[in-house]
Amino acid sequence: MAGGTFEKYKSDGSLAGNALEWVDARFPATSLWKGHLSEYYCPKNFNFWYFFGSLALLVLVIQIVTGIFLVMHYKPDAALNASGVPIAFASVEYIMRDVPGGWLIRYMHSTGASAFFIVVYLHMFRGMLYGSYRKPRELTWLFGVGIFLVLMGEAFFGYLLPWGQMSYWGAQVIVNLFGAIPVVGNDLSILIRGDFVVGDATLNRFFSFHVIAFPLVLVGLVAAHVLALHETGSNNPDGIEIKANKDEHGIPRDGIPFHPYYTVKDIVGVVVFLMVFSLVMFFAPEGGGYFLETPNFYPADPLKTPNHIAPVWYFTPYYSILRAIVWNFFGLDAKFWGVVAMGASVVIFAFLPWLDRSPVKSMRYRGPISKVMLTLFVICFFILGYLGTLSPSPTGELVSQVCTLFYFGFFLAMPWWSRMDKFKPVPDRVTMK
Amino acid sequence: MSKQGKMDCGRRNLIVATAAVGGVGAVAALVPFVSSLLPSERAKAAGAPVEVDISKLEPGQMMTVEWRGKPVWIINRTKEMLDTLPKLADQVADPKSEVEQQPAYAKNDTRSVKPEIMVVVGICTHLGCSPSSKFKVGADEGMTADWLGGFLCPCHGSTFDFAGRVFKAKPAPTNLEVPPHVYLADTRIIIGEDKKGA
Repeated sequence: MAGGTFEKYKSDGSLAGNALEWVDARFPATSLWKGHLSEYYCPKNFNFWYFFGSLALLVLVIQIVTGIFLVMHYKPDAALNASGVPIAFASVEYIMRDVPGGWLIRYMHSTGASAFFIVVYLHMFRGMLYGSYRKPRELTWLFGVGIFLVLMGEAFFGYLLPWGQMSYWGAQVIVNLFGAIPVVGNDLSILIRGDFVVGDATLNRFFSFHVIAFPLVLVGLVAAHVLALHETGSNNPDGIEIKANKDEHGIPRDGIPFHPYYTVKDIVGVVVFLMVFSLVMFFAPEGGGYFLETPNFYPADPLKTPNHIAPVWYFTPYYSILRAIVWNFFGLDAKFWGVVAMGASVVIFAFLPWLDRSPVKSMRYRGPISKVMLTLFVICFFILGYLGTLSPSPTGELVSQVCTLFYFGFFLAMPWWSRMDKFKPVPDRVTMK
Repeated sequence: MSKQGKMDCGRRNLIVATAAVGGVGAVAALVPFVSSLLPSERAKAAGAPVEVDISKLEPGQMMTVEWRGKPVWIINRTKEMLDTLPKLADQVADPKSEVEQQPAYAKNDTRSVKPEIMVVVGICTHLGCSPSSKFKVGADEGMTADWLGGFLCPCHGSTFDFAGRVFKAKPAPTNLEVPPHVYLADTRIIIGEDKKGA
């Protein structure tokens, strides 16, 4: 397995063999290939839920490749051109109308952004379903939470770039949230914007963060996530450590090599995913107004806010939590506590490995309390997400407060309810249901 | 370390000192990068005053001009609009404009220099959206039946009256800001300056 030592390649005398031996003496090619692919043993009982890690990697590649080509035509400039349209907005229109194939590359990128969050949310749910975050995979989970945070930043910066109405006013509201932090808040929001209002300086630095800083960090974290996973080995739907039962060659009895078994299995996932992806990209690239919001087809106007502003769908659960906090505590504004709650609702995932005290990992062997709690959590997450797309209303506020309470209760009370719950005995070997 | 497991303290101190100096250097290297994120000299200088001609602004009308990248509204309030202000004194959070959101010469019942002409920054004091005008009395524009006219922020629902005063129990903490402004002539205002040549 990873971290283990593999013998260096010995040439069979052929030209290709000699070349590989030459490389292997200087670079751990064989070791990397075997350790992470051909002799990395995965549990043989992976199911549907295990597609989303490799799909997330695929979407990352799509975003990087399409991003490279979009940058060739996009201009991060808030100044108005001769027709009175901001140059950034006009350059996106130019990509859509005049650059050959530009519309397709841009729709790949915009659909990819939503697809990224869909697969990442499903990937996280898988972790919660089968206890993948539990010992010994805590660091894999923490790197994953890091990836999620960076991904949110990446999406937020990217959304400003088309310089449409929603780009502009969304950034205005989110950056002003930092102004709620006591003492340093106002200076901090000026530091983020680089100006007293969202403007050209903001657009340029968001562009820089979006295309250089955050993708670099993201790729690094993804590498760390995979390395940490390959150190411990993968979890599985039964939550059993396959390394506990090895054959005489030291290979887990329930393990099969990642390549070719799971590379081939993942091809099936990729094909189905790309079919759905293409359907959205070609027939509904705006995703019903959820992937690309209508006001963003109007250029940014600093003098007029659209009648209804809402974040893109993948941020709406957290936006609802932000809006749910309407009380002042300890002499600090509700706005500040809303920001704190929103931040906490994301970061709290990092504590899961230590909050979960159940004797078993997988939901398959857990009792009714765990099943009900996870189901309610998912329902609350959807309700919060839906409410976040709506204008504020008294009913919505109350419902979002109840859901916010449960959202945090799920995590904070987990040490108690996970221990209280019944559990079934876990089998010695993985099951193939 | 020596063979006997004793530490060479002189060497260790040198290592610590080297690492500390290196660390200070690394932190100091952040200074130019962080300071480059601050508003540039050009951005700081961009707050030039704006001169506005209001001779064509009819009673009941509103115009928007840009000052420092923000919308500034100039509203020619009718007598009916002004009459709503005293009625709302107990419904707004800061009826007497106690919070410093206006120059001293606008700290009055109408929050303006001339009673009918309102000059105010059209940026909600909550999270910076620009409120929409809801001038019609009653429920015609989606407001409540007892609405007397004013502004509604589309982002989080804060409401303001014709003097930019925020209603109670709304997310916005303070009244809208009245920018420094001065009348050069009867129908010419300069926004961003307190007195001529200042």
